[in-house]
Amino acid sequence: MSPLALILLACLVWLAIGLLGATFSRRFVFVTRVLFPAGALVAATVALTALLALLTQGDTPHTAMLPLGLPGLPFHLRLDALSAFFLCLLGAVAAGISLYAAGYFRRGQGSTPGLQCLLYHLFLASMGGVLLADDAYFFMVAWESMALSSYFLVTSDHRIAEIRRAGFLYLIVAHVGAIGILLSFGAMSGGTGDYTFDGIRTNAPEGWLASAAFLLALGGFGAKAGLLPLHVWLPEAHPAAPSPVSAMMSGVMLKTAIYGLLRVTFDLLPEQQWWWGALLLGLGLATALFGVVFSTVQSDMKRLLAYSSIENIGLIFAGIGLSLVFAANSMPLLAALALTAALYHCLNHAFFKSLLFLATGSVLHATGQRNLGRLGGLIHRMPWVAWLALLGVVASAGLPPLNGFVSEWLLLQSFLFTPQLPHGYLNMLLPVAAGAIALTAALAGFAMVKFFGVVFLGQPREEHLAKAHDAGRMERLGLIWLAAGCVLLGVLPNFVIAALDPVTNFLVGAGFAPAADKGSWLLLAPISEERASYSGAIFLGGLLAFTLALFFVVRAVFHGRLRRADAWDCGFPLLSGRTQDTAEGFGQPIRQVFAPFFRITREHPSPFDKEPHYRIVVDDPLWHWLYLPLAWLVDLGTRVVGKLQRGRIAIYLLYSFVTLLALLVFTTR
Amino acid sequence: MSLYAFATQLLTQLLELLIALALAPLLGGWVNVCRARLQKRCPPPLLLPYHNLLKLFRKDVLLAHNASSLFRVAPYLIFSCMALAAALVPTLSTELLFAPAADAIALVGLFALARVFIALAGMDVGTAFGSLGARREMLIGFLAEPALLMVFFTASIISGSTSLATIVGTLAHHEFAIYPSLAFAGVAFTMVSLAENGRVPVDNPTTHLELTMIHEAMILEYSGRHLALIEWAASLKLFAYSCLGIALFFPFGIAESTGPGALAVAGVFLVGKLAVGGFVLALIETLNAKMRVFRTPEFLGTAFLLAVLAILVHLLLEGGR
Repeated sequence: MSPLALILLACLVWLAIGLLGATFSRRFVFVTRVLFPAGALVAATVALTALLALLTQGDTPHTAMLPLGLPGLPFHLRLDALSAFFLCLLGAVAAGISLYAAGYFRRGQGSTPGLQCLLYHLFLASMGGVLLADDAYFFMVAWESMALSSYFLVTSDHRIAEIRRAGFLYLIVAHVGAIGILLSFGAMSGGTGDYTFDGIRTNAPEGWLASAAFLLALGGFGAKAGLLPLHVWLPEAHPAAPSPVSAMMSGVMLKTAIYGLLRVTFDLLPEQQWWWGALLLGLGLATALFGVVFSTVQSDMKRLLAYSSIENIGLIFAGIGLSLVFAANSMPLLAALALTAALYHCLNHAFFKSLLFLATGSVLHATGQRNLGRLGGLIHRMPWVAWLALLGVVASAGLPPLNGFVSEWLLLQSFLFTPQLPHGYLNMLLPVAAGAIALTAALAGFAMVKFFGVVFLGQPREEHLAKAHDAGRMERLGLIWLAAGCVLLGVLPNFVIAALDPVTNFLVGAGFAPAADKGSWLLLAPISEERASYSGAIFLGGLLAFTLALFFVVRAVFHGRLRRADAWDCGFPLLSGRTQDTAEGFGQPIRQVFAPFFRITREHPSPFDKEPHYRIVVDDPLWHWLYLPLAWLVDLGTRVVGKLQRGRIAIYLLYSFVTLLALLVFTTR
Repeated sequence: MSLYAFATQLLTQLLELLIALALAPLLGGWVNVCRARLQKRCPPPLLLPYHNLLKLFRKDVLLAHNASSLFRVAPYLIFSCMALAAALVPTLSTELLFAPAADAIALVGLFALARVFIALAGMDVGTAFGSLGARREMLIGFLAEPALLMVFFTASIISGSTSLATIVGTLAHHEFAIYPSLAFAGVAFTMVSLAENGRVPVDNPTTHLELTMIHEAMILEYSGRHLALIEWAASLKLFAYSCLGIALFFPFGIAESTGPGALAVAGVFLVGKLAVGGFVLALIETLNAKMRVFRTPEFLGTAFLLAVLAILVHLLLEGGR
């Protein structure tokens, strides 16, 4: 059986599992303990098949045609290096999330688990479809079913007005994006009427039409990925969804948008302009900085993570932009380096962000709280979740020796090679861009310390937190799967880069497999060892060995005596959960340093209040500058159009008559 | 790599680690002596830091009731980070065994890892001062880290590599080529290291005044061997930063082989340069007053801009040589 057929079969099995779940929706144990783990198994199969296809197939893609769809418009499928990589990502991450989801859903919360099961697996299958599609028609069908299934998953707690609103916003932005993608395909087919990707490749447009297609695709996929200024749905929809769904959306669904953009830019359009890359780079850096600054001031833990996803998407876009700049200046090796960094970051972000979202899910179950101001001290009650989340936090902050660091390292390396570019201005600006990336990474550290410190460390801020329970067995398995991914991707970068080699070869015509082979498997040296090298395995091994040795030496030479006592706290006697920093307090330096970024409204208590309240609201200024005026314009437009509606049949007949007349005049002229 | 080369590189690496571990408290003591002399005070004994460490190691650990396991792991981890960082910087020789495992960017990552853990440990007990210190430390961290990276980028664009050994080797050989960009980078580096090591004008290592302290606020709850490890790690950090400054801006005299003679000469050079560096640090601390916490963004923003300027100066004036 060819890998393509196997993956297609896996997608169909997902659909079947979903339908089974919907049929037996009242059998709670069957749905959660059998169907979700089965879905995880299928996901692992997908990951393995795609990985094998990536490593063995070489340059020849597998293609197939399904006699489905409209008459004369069959579905075309194709498995090449690019889609195999993203399928591998989908499968590997979805396996962990499905395992977790098996233990997550509870009786009597939100929609029934059977419905969740159907939508969840439909979501998975449609993401698989997006990655397999080889014609615009099937792509759009899969894309839309992905958007709709995720919309229904987001609004599964539809009794809460806030969640309905978030879902609606998501739906609108998703469809505005879909229109952009549709128009982009239209521009690319150039009026030939051939919408298969092969057809688009052979008669792809050039000149301004190509640029128009690129810009439309950027808008469309950018809306799905959360690129500035189309990011507003992301911090609303991610917190609203159940945690496995947030993890899936943030970890995997955002990556399908990256896939789409790569497919259009590097594969379907024959020639890339350097300014496309510069545009992507600028947008990406702006998105990254914006996302990370906002993530540091959030008080809702899932919103914090959602903004951090915006930041990571920005970094990925910056990498792709840099790669485009290099590719357009025919520097394939450097383009491959930047692209490797971007793709590696896709994989890393998928793992650590899913891990963190799932950890918030466990916290939510144990405490019923998303608000950071009502959490704290959970490391004592939930050690498994806390320590696994700590791995995600270290990875997400881009710290060695975990995976987040490797891709940021590669990205910074590719920025440092820029002085070879023929553009003088770009040469000047790119090191500054590297500085922006460094600032983003450092701020990500701030946001992650805030997240972990406020949720898991310190004293409980509410009394009922003392009754919190740790994650169940299935939840733990899912978390361990993802955390293991974070560690392995961090210490074995050469394997990942070797697997990425066919992808970069396919997209920009150069790869790093020789470089990865040349050194030992331990050492990552993309260009040469003289130039730069890093080894996560030695790093981790050295750190662990030294720490352990130190521990035993200190014990042996001195003693291990330890007494418990009250905290010192400079002698202050009152030590309650209220004396710690709140989430707002921890974010205060950022609010002060980056004040122009925010739209802050404060309500100060009056000195005569018996129960003083201090309220501070940090808003997204783009919402006020861009979206509210836009909504006002749309509202105005509908009012004007609404005037046409009179409710009298004579007037409607008049409209028909006038239209008919106008058309007659128009056609007979 | 031949077995002989492997063995000598390993020995050099171990020697560097041991020298860093042994000399780091001495550097702190030397700075304190210089500062006391400059301020016309009676100086403390030069070896006082060793005495303090020994005293702390012998004492019992008093642990707050709700301190978690993270709180107990953190000192060992932080100490390891700093020891590895000090060992990675080419102080004696550029021929180090573990040099290929981590370059300049990874070194910055190592410092950041230690910072994240010390901040988390500060928040762990849940006291007002712990989280205050953690918040301020992270504030300084996110401002200082990009500036430090930009300094490294300047050096790596000059030498065409981010590997510390190659950077130091390149800079050590170009004795007569004066890089104006390195002057900017040097000023930026000095400002960053003052902030990162909690020295005046950003923080004051001798203060325990609640509202102004940063580093001390985070480690208030530590005692006994944990505190000893953290204090030692702090002095290792100062040592690593001083060695970095020496390696980047005054690298002459460093050994590029692993012969015992070259290493001995390099050792003498190193001690001499560290003594001068310690004196300069004491001078800076004497001549400046501590600034308000919210002036530090300006201070470190200036450092960042200077580092960016260094890169631009290199690209403009030195033509990306």
